Amino acid sequence: MKYFHLIWAALFRRKTRTMFTLISIIAAFLLFGLLNAVRVAFTSGSDTLAGNERLVVASRFSIMTGLPQSLQARIAAIPGVEAVGHQNWFGGVYQDPKNFVFSFAVDQGYLDLTSDIVLTPEQRQAFAATRDGALIGEALAAKYHWKVGDKIPLQSQIFPQKNGDKTWPFEIVGIFKTTKDAPDGRDQMFFLNWKYFDEANMYSQHSVGWYVVKVSDPGNADKVAQAIDALSANSDHETKTQTANAFNASFAKQIGNIGLIVEAIMAAVFFTLILLTGNTMAQAVRERIPELAVLKTLGFSNRGVLALVLAEATVLLLLGGVIGMAIASVLAPALSKGSGGMIRLPPIGAGNWVEGLVLMILIGIIVGVLPALRGMRLKIVDALAGR
Amino acid sequence: MKKFLFGLGMTAVVIAWLVVWTALPWFAVLVLAVALVLWLLLTRGGRRTLSVTRVGLSTLTQRLGSTAVIVVGIAGVVAVLVALLAMGEGLSTTLRQTGSDDTAIVLRGGSGAESNSVLTRDEIDAIEGAPGIVRDAQGKPVASAELVVVANVPKKSDPKNDTNVSIRGVGDEAWSVRPNVKIVAGRKFQTGLRELDVGANAQRQFAGLDLGNQLKLGGQDWTVVGVFASGDSYESELWGDAKSVASAYRRGNSAESVIARLSSPSVFDQFKAALTSDPRLKVDVSTTHEYFSKQSEGLSKVIRIVGITIGLIMAIGAIFGALNTMYAAVSTRTREIATLRAIGFRGLPVVVSVLIETMLLALLGGIVGAAIVWLLFNGYTASTLGSNFSQVVFQFQVTPALLWTGIKWALAIGFIGGLFPAMRAARLPVTTALREQ
Repeated sequence: MKYFHLIWAALFRRKTRTMFTLISIIAAFLLFGLLNAVRVAFTSGSDTLAGNERLVVASRFSIMTGLPQSLQARIAAIPGVEAVGHQNWFGGVYQDPKNFVFSFAVDQGYLDLTSDIVLTPEQRQAFAATRDGALIGEALAAKYHWKVGDKIPLQSQIFPQKNGDKTWPFEIVGIFKTTKDAPDGRDQMFFLNWKYFDEANMYSQHSVGWYVVKVSDPGNADKVAQAIDALSANSDHETKTQTANAFNASFAKQIGNIGLIVEAIMAAVFFTLILLTGNTMAQAVRERIPELAVLKTLGFSNRGVLALVLAEATVLLLLGGVIGMAIASVLAPALSKGSGGMIRLPPIGAGNWVEGLVLMILIGIIVGVLPALRGMRLKIVDALAGR
Repeated sequence: MKKFLFGLGMTAVVIAWLVVWTALPWFAVLVLAVALVLWLLLTRGGRRTLSVTRVGLSTLTQRLGSTAVIVVGIAGVVAVLVALLAMGEGLSTTLRQTGSDDTAIVLRGGSGAESNSVLTRDEIDAIEGAPGIVRDAQGKPVASAELVVVANVPKKSDPKNDTNVSIRGVGDEAWSVRPNVKIVAGRKFQTGLRELDVGANAQRQFAGLDLGNQLKLGGQDWTVVGVFASGDSYESELWGDAKSVASAYRRGNSAESVIARLSSPSVFDQFKAALTSDPRLKVDVSTTHEYFSKQSEGLSKVIRIVGITIGLIMAIGAIFGALNTMYAAVSTRTREIATLRAIGFRGLPVVVSVLIETMLLALLGGIVGAAIVWLLFNGYTASTLGSNFSQVVFQFQVTPALLWTGIKWALAIGFIGGLFPAMRAARLPVTTALREQ
């Protein structure tokens, strides 16, 4: 640490050059910050404990095909199943098709087994007691300034009521918070009573979209899943049971191989960055050869010089990288907000920072190593003579 | 103070130039390039510039590393930008080519997409009786009532994961309302049998769709008997007999949409008016062209915005990389440039020669980047979730227009990266510069 000022002084010996390089590094890590969060959200982001304990039972034919409600009791009877709930996609919009509301018809059992939304017993009771009651996430409530007690008309894009009217009135009976580790977007949800939905809609009777099952032992999940699928084997409503994690992952994959696209972009970015900073470091060392020789004359060991140059490169990368990622963490929410929900960038979490820091140090070493070796190997006499 | 004002002025010039540059069509750029070449060859100042440029270019090989920074940096920007734009272009072209102005699609009111719509038999009959629909030799309206269901089929690239694929239940009329759909292998499915024709794109993208293969849909076995091509988004689908599909998915005799061939695009308004004023019906009517164009809007806009944002951030990095390189290049040649000016060269040839050098490198980078994308991605097949909650298969389209956009970006980066070092070289007082080590 005592050589820090030496490294710092060397770094800013040529202010313009260092600033330019720094801006390039900032740009690279700004992109890394924005994109890596997306990549993580699409690839490994759904690997949560809650997601391993929960199974999603959907129709084998397609997610759009419903399942009979009678299956619920039979699933609940399987050993190892702790609770069963179900959901239907409602496809609601508020006033204009652009104002999309993530709305689901759910039963009481579903609310029992979700762990990532926080409901008071009063809210639960009000939801159970109010036929057209709705529970909404706080982000959704804030978006449209909805309060408890408000009467809200939602249009379903899929289900008209029995009288042909597509507008469904709801009364908001509770606004819920989500837990810290809840998946992104849970605070945008709108839950309505499945019973109301089932009785009043024109098309689907006693039909549920998919079941959510909580298993008592995640290690046992495969077995339970097989037992559930066996219930309906060879019937006209065969099921496919997956853990919630696997279900979410396969869903994300349908949008496209986002992970691969992002990785390709980042590879291009970092390849360029390594070349660019490597070139800067090589220039910086070339210019300072006599100075390095003086350091050696003063008694710095070969390794000491090597370490100094490597540290210089790493400090440069860390400085730019941290600034870049800091900008990204400010920019990501702003971009999501500014695009009006069209682009949703996940927040940059601790995991991303760790990955980013590792990358900065790694690239610092890669770009520093050749110039550093040159510094280490130089002969004092030759260097001082300018040979 | 003077320095600050100068910097401010330069920035304003750069911004103004960028605005003009983005709006410039290719022939205007061509005219500019020809004018530059003529100036270089024919005028005194031009020939001087040329000789200075030649000296600069001849030293390029001695600084390969820093030259590579410009070329590779810009190649990276152009490659990423063009690849992302090609993806958006591919998706929107596929959807925009789907449909025409003289066919109309009728959906239940407010449903937005076929999968959300339901039309009963009575409604279908009422729609098919509307004025404006072409009638065939037997006097039957050329209109196709269709049903789209979604089935789970894995992709070839990822056989473990199911994806949603559209199964379209159609009758004979489906082929006559869409004359561009042609069977390219096998034959059409037979009415009443569980047979499927698969789109050429679907066959490329999804597993197990070869001719003669059996496919399990709705719990029953279906046979692939043909492949059709249409060059649009229908190619992502599997087509079967409407009645067989409806019975497999327990849909009764309802349909989701009616596609009708109109006698000409001009009768569309009359057709629409007739349906919307019919008290028995509550439907949305649009031309198929309009319907499919709308579907591509959202996603291709997002891809475009994302592509340009990423491109811009990368371009900032590349500009500063180029600045670094060119400042270094100019500073190693400080004395040489000062000597030139001492013997009577004006500032302009020096500025222009540095700019030409950077922009040539940028052009090389742009061409390399564009070529890489063209080789790797032109025609690359991908798919995403479309509006029927099922996969739309499309090809990346690296069009000449996109390649040109890439080259333009490259030249813009080169211009900014070269301009500031060039001005510095020309403005440094000769006496100071000559004394520099």
